[in-house]
Parts: sequence; C-alpha cells; structure tokens
Amino acid sequence: MLEFWVGALALSLLLYVLLDGFDLGVGMLFPFAPDERSRRHLLASISPVWDGNETWLVVAATILFGAFPLIYSIAVSAFYLPVILMLLSLILRGVAFEFRYKAKPFMRRVWDMGFVGGSFVAPFVQGTLVGSFVVGLPIDGVHFVGGPFFWLHPLALACGVGMCIGNAMIAACWIIGKTTGDARAFGYRVLPGLAVALIIFLILALTISMSYKLQVLERWSQRPALMLLPVAALLAAVGMAWGWKTQRDHWMFPCGAVIFAAAFGTLAGSFLPYMVPFTITIEQAASPSSSLEFMFWGAGLIVMPLTLLYTATVYFIFRGRVTDADGYGGEDAEDVQLTANSSTGASAVADEARRG
Amino acid sequence: MTPDLTAVLLSRIQFAFTVSFHIIFPAFTIGLAAWLCVLEGLSQKTGLPVYRRLFEFWLKIFGVAFGLGVVSGIVMAFQFGSNWSELSRRSGPIQGPLLAYESFTAFAMEASFFGVLMFGRHRVPPLMYLGSAIMVALGTNLSSFWILVNNSWMQVPTGFTITADGIFVPTDWRSIILNNVVFVRVSHMILAAYVTTSFCVAATGAWHLLRGMHKAEARVMLRMGLGLAAVLVPIQLIFGHLVGDYVVKHQPSKIAAIEGRWYDEQPAGEVLFAWPDETTETNRFEIRLPAPIGSLIDSSSLTSKEIGIKSIPVEDRPPIAITFFAFRIMVGIGMLMLVLAWAGAFFAWTSGLEDRRRMLWPIFLSFPLGFLATLTGWITAEVGRQPWTIFGHLRTTEAATPTLQSAEVVISLLVFCSVYALIFVFGTIYIYRLLRAGPGAVALSPIGSPNPKRPMSVRGDTA
Repeated sequence: MLEFWVGALALSLLLYVLLDGFDLGVGMLFPFAPDERSRRHLLASISPVWDGNETWLVVAATILFGAFPLIYSIAVSAFYLPVILMLLSLILRGVAFEFRYKAKPFMRRVWDMGFVGGSFVAPFVQGTLVGSFVVGLPIDGVHFVGGPFFWLHPLALACGVGMCIGNAMIAACWIIGKTTGDARAFGYRVLPGLAVALIIFLILALTISMSYKLQVLERWSQRPALMLLPVAALLAAVGMAWGWKTQRDHWMFPCGAVIFAAAFGTLAGSFLPYMVPFTITIEQAASPSSSLEFMFWGAGLIVMPLTLLYTATVYFIFRGRVTDADGYGGEDAEDVQLTANSSTGASAVADEARRG
Repeated sequence: MTPDLTAVLLSRIQFAFTVSFHIIFPAFTIGLAAWLCVLEGLSQKTGLPVYRRLFEFWLKIFGVAFGLGVVSGIVMAFQFGSNWSELSRRSGPIQGPLLAYESFTAFAMEASFFGVLMFGRHRVPPLMYLGSAIMVALGTNLSSFWILVNNSWMQVPTGFTITADGIFVPTDWRSIILNNVVFVRVSHMILAAYVTTSFCVAATGAWHLLRGMHKAEARVMLRMGLGLAAVLVPIQLIFGHLVGDYVVKHQPSKIAAIEGRWYDEQPAGEVLFAWPDETTETNRFEIRLPAPIGSLIDSSSLTSKEIGIKSIPVEDRPPIAITFFAFRIMVGIGMLMLVLAWAGAFFAWTSGLEDRRRMLWPIFLSFPLGFLATLTGWITAEVGRQPWTIFGHLRTTEAATPTLQSAEVVISLLVFCSVYALIFVFGTIYIYRLLRAGPGAVALSPIGSPNPKRPMSVRGDTA
C-alpha cells in the first residue's frame, strides 16, 4: 500500500515534470520564435493539452496531501514564498491562452509577457525546490525550522536554472515533432544549444554537490545500481543527437523523455527510503492505513489508470502536426471587436463576408 | 509554538479572498458546462442552427471563465499547505484523500476534456464531441461533490479519532462521505451553481432583446434560463432550509449568530433586521417577528428553545455582524430570484417577453444575483464556523502555519490581490465583449463540415 502510493506520487511528479515541462518550455521559447505565424503554431501545439498537463501538479500535490500529509505540510509551508511565486506564474501563464486572442494589441503584449515570464519563473521555482530538497530541509521532527529564505542556496538556484533549460529542451523536441515549416526549423535550431547547456548544468550541479560535500553523493557510492540511470540518459542523448542530425523528428521527444525520467529516477533513487532527505522517511511521513486504503481502492486502482487512459486519448485526438487552422484562430480577436462595433448581427456577417 | 496572530489574521483574509475569487467562476461554469451539453445535444438532434450558434457563443465565454476557475483553483490546493500547515499535518489523513479524489475524478477529467471541447470538434465524431462536453460537465459536478464533502467534514466532523499527537485519523469513511449533512450541502451548492448560470443566460437574452438583436437566440436563452430558474429556485430554497437544519443541530454558535439572537428564547422570535453590537451584546434597530416564528424556522416546532449568543462562551463565538448580514443578504436575494424567475418564466413561455421592456430590464440586471447569493452563503458558512477550522476540534489559530511571519503573508496577500484584480478586470471585459457581440455574430459551417480549415466560414461560402 505504501509502496503503491510512493510509486503513484513518483509517477504523477514525473508526468507533471515531463508534460507541463514541455508546455512551459514552449512558453520560454515563445519570444525567440521567428515570426507571429510560428508563435501561433507554438501556442496551437500546446493549447489543447496544457490544462490537462498542469493538473498532474495538483494530482501530485493531493497525493502528497493524502498519503504523506507531514511532507505536504512541511514542504509547502517551508517554501512559502517560492510556492506563491510559482502559483502566480502558473496563473499568468494560464490566463494568457484565453486572453491573448481576445485582447487589443497593447494588452496582448502584456499577456504575452505574463505568458513568457510565467513560463520561465514556474520551472525555475520548481527546480529550486528540488535543489533545496537535495541540499536538505531544516526540520525538528515534524516542523520546519528554517527561515523564509533558506532555499536561496547556490545548488538550489542552479537547479532552478537547470529545470528551465531542461524544459526548454523538451519543448524543442515537442516543437520538432508537432509543427512544420518555420516553427519546426526553429526547434531544430535551438535544440543543440539547449542540450549542451543541460549537460553543462549537470556537470555544474555535480561539482557544487561535491564542493558542499552533500550527503546525497554518499548514496551514489552506496548504491552503484543508480549509475544505470545516467547511462540510460547518455544513450538517449546520443539517440537525440543522431536523430537531430538525420532529421528523425519523432525520435526527439522520446529521447528527451528518457533523459527526464533518468534524471528524476536518479534523484528519487538517491533519496529512498527518505522522503525528506535525510530526516524523514516514507514510513514516518505516511498517512494511517485507513487513509491509504481508502485512496487506493477508488482513486489508486480505478481512477488513476482511467486518468492515464483519457490523457492518452486526448493526446491521440490531437495527434499530428499543427496547421494554421488549429488552436485559437487570430480571427477571433478581430471578430469580436468587429461585431462589437456593428449594431446588428446581420451587418457583422456582411462585414465578414467582405473580409473573407 | 505560539503563532504570530497577525500572520493568522492575514492568512484568513488571504484564504477568504482567494476562495471567494475562485468560487465565482465554478458558480458560473458548472451550470454553463451542463447547458453546453444541452445545446450541443439539441443541435445534433434537431440540426437547427440557433442551438449551434448559442453553443459556439457560450463556448467562448466558457473558455475564459473556466480558465480563470482553473488557475484560481490550483491556488486553493496549495494554500492548505502554505498557510495552514498544522491543519494539513493534523487532518491531512482525512482532507488529503478527499482532495485527492477531487483532483483525480474531477479536476483531471474536466481539464483534459476541456481541450477537446475547445479545439476538437473537427477531430472527433459528433457523439464523441458531445461525450467530451458531458465529461467536462460531469467533472465540474464531481468537483463540487468532493469539495463539499471536505468542507462538510470541517463543519460537522464525523468518522474519526484523534491520536495522542493530535492527528485526525479516519475510522469510518462511509460516515465521512455519505451522511445527510453532505447530501444537503452538496445539493445546495450545485443548485446554487445552476441557478447562477440560468440567471446569467436569461439576463443575456434579455439584454439582446432590449437591443433588438439576435432575437431567435435571445428567446431560447430567456425561455430556458428562466424556465430552469423557475424550477430550481424553489428547490434551492427548500435545500437552504435543510442546510439551516443541520446548523441548528450541530453548530449552535453559528445559528445564534445567523439569527442575531443574544438570549436563549423559548419559543423564539425571529429577528428580521438589526445591527448586532458585540460590545454591548445587544441588537440595535431591531425589527423582529414575534414568537413562535423563530422556533418554527429553526426547528419546525412551536415550542422549541433556540440558543442565544450569550450562552456560547466568548472565545467560541464567531463574528456576529458578518454572519448575520451575509445570511440575510443571501436569503433576500433568494426571494428576489424566486419572484423574477416565476414572473419571467410565466411571460417567457406564454406571451413572450419581446415587448415587455419593464420585465426585460430587471431580468437583464439580475445577472449578479446568483454570484452574490453564492458568495454571501459561503461567507455565512465559513465566517460562522469561526473560531473553529474543524468545528469543535481545531481552532483557526491552531491550524495556521506556525513559522509563518506577517511580512511573508503581507507580500503574498498583496501579490494575490493585484494579480487577481488584473485578471478579473480583464476577464470580465473580455466576457463582456463576447456577450455584447452576441450569438448571431458568427455564422457557421454545418456540423461535421468537410473543411476543418474553415470552421468559422461564412454561410453561403462555397469554398
């Protein structure tokens, strides 16, 4: 039962990092796209799925709340300011999808800034959180005892940057597979730089960990099996490089996903059996069995697989590459303003006929 | 650890603000999602363009409102942990699984199918498109269910024990989920949502008729909106009374505050209006109905004793004035909605409302009523529950994050206020513009159009 919920939590987190990773990454790459048409394609590639992607964050948070309430209460309150910052970034990013096409030009720029800014800040905060966990949380048994800025540790901040780079990289993979023309070419252009940046970050993270003599490194020497994961990541990286060279669009995202999964697995594998390294174990943090079982027989056994199924279904429905007709058409904003100015529907239809 | 009391107060304000902001959107989108299903079903069954035009019109509005509901809802999922970590730690074994069920069975489902609803019409067969709309509507209702189960447990805690270190451990999930309090409160909330939407729809219809545009669609909106309201408002008033019953039974401090009743009375009168004064523990400017009307209302009895605020220890009393007034406003709005719904539906379904401008104006202006009633109802429920977070078991001051400093909460509160103000103002503007443009503004290609590249092509266009 406990193992199930650890696994479910891990799966939800990994899915979140991967799925929201690419749509946040698209947001980061958004301002660098060559023109408005490619920008629209980028948005269209994520518009139908971003909301479902983001829900995995809430799923992970509520699994944490339900199965490991001690961790939920410590982690979310310890990282008070970063969590608030992350929430606001996700808000500004989220509303931009709807607002962008309904706004007049000035406000469209505002929403775009919120979209891009939110897409940078949210993963930065998430990476910082992960990094802080690696560094260690000051705890006295059941309460967090650090200050409001304890998370401003060099490794944590570096992880924040690393998360941004990783998300941008997986986004480039997504763009390559889902778009055509200029947008796809853009994806190919930025991928190598991002991959290299990610490698540099990983080396940097390792170096900082060593210089701070972090406990997590000892785990690695204790558990050599963990080494398999970076090896898998390396193979995936090679696959990605080869796919990039030979323009095998559909290799990109799977290889990127393997790299993400390997990084995630390495971290999780280093922590076990601790949930908060190295002070609180999974056993200590867990809810009583009546809670775990209640969650299991409904949510765990039936609903979670169903959720995975319909998530896959939605992705299947939106398979294929993005075209000009996908997503929110640019006509929407002009439509609304045009017809708001005309006094009856009839003249608006005539207006459209004249334009169309 | 004694908490910083200012931080607690600020956290309360922040929770109140963010949850009030959030509820506005589901109050609208729950009913709207269901209505979209009805419209799409009618459109597919009858093929009449008026239904399709209405669907596309309200779908755009749904997109904006749903998005705002989602982003503000995510904030709530984290706020339990950020500002109320003791509540999370201690009652997590009960509240956590309930919220997990909400995120799994409702949130994830509605968010995933929302994408299909907004973008997928030409990628799936018509029945599957309708099915996606139904999944979204189902998701919104399931969200209400689980959230209300959670809140009801906080109001009337059952099915648990408390361990030596203060952890609430569930012992009987059936009693936590399937009890009468949950049933009446879930119904009351879902009805509130449908009533809110029906008034918004009717008001939109009235607005278009007042401007003499989109008459066919406006007639449908008025008939369906007012018709549904006419059926649901009386049922909602009944459920409101049933909700009051549980408050009388389980939350004496709350009912005493709601009634503005300072002294025990047997039988009890009913205060209609007053200005409760907590320092003197009296009511000023009181207008009251004589006994036994209060006993009848609160306990359906001619002789029952109804508790007064002075019988509640001072440290267990909620804020009286807020609770008292919020409740009165909600009930008053409920009565107004009943009158409007019955009169409006009568005319909409008989001689029509087209020339009755004196009826159309109040119907048009009635669009905020559902929102106001929902908000004041929640204020009554939540402020009236104070000083308890888990009624009778965990005080709000004990529930807050102990290490939180006032400065941190000031920052978060200010940031939430500004960002929420920004997105609310503009969200409203965009919805207003969409409403104003009306459903007749865009002509449509038929369902299952062979040309998915021009889903909004002009009628008569042969391309």
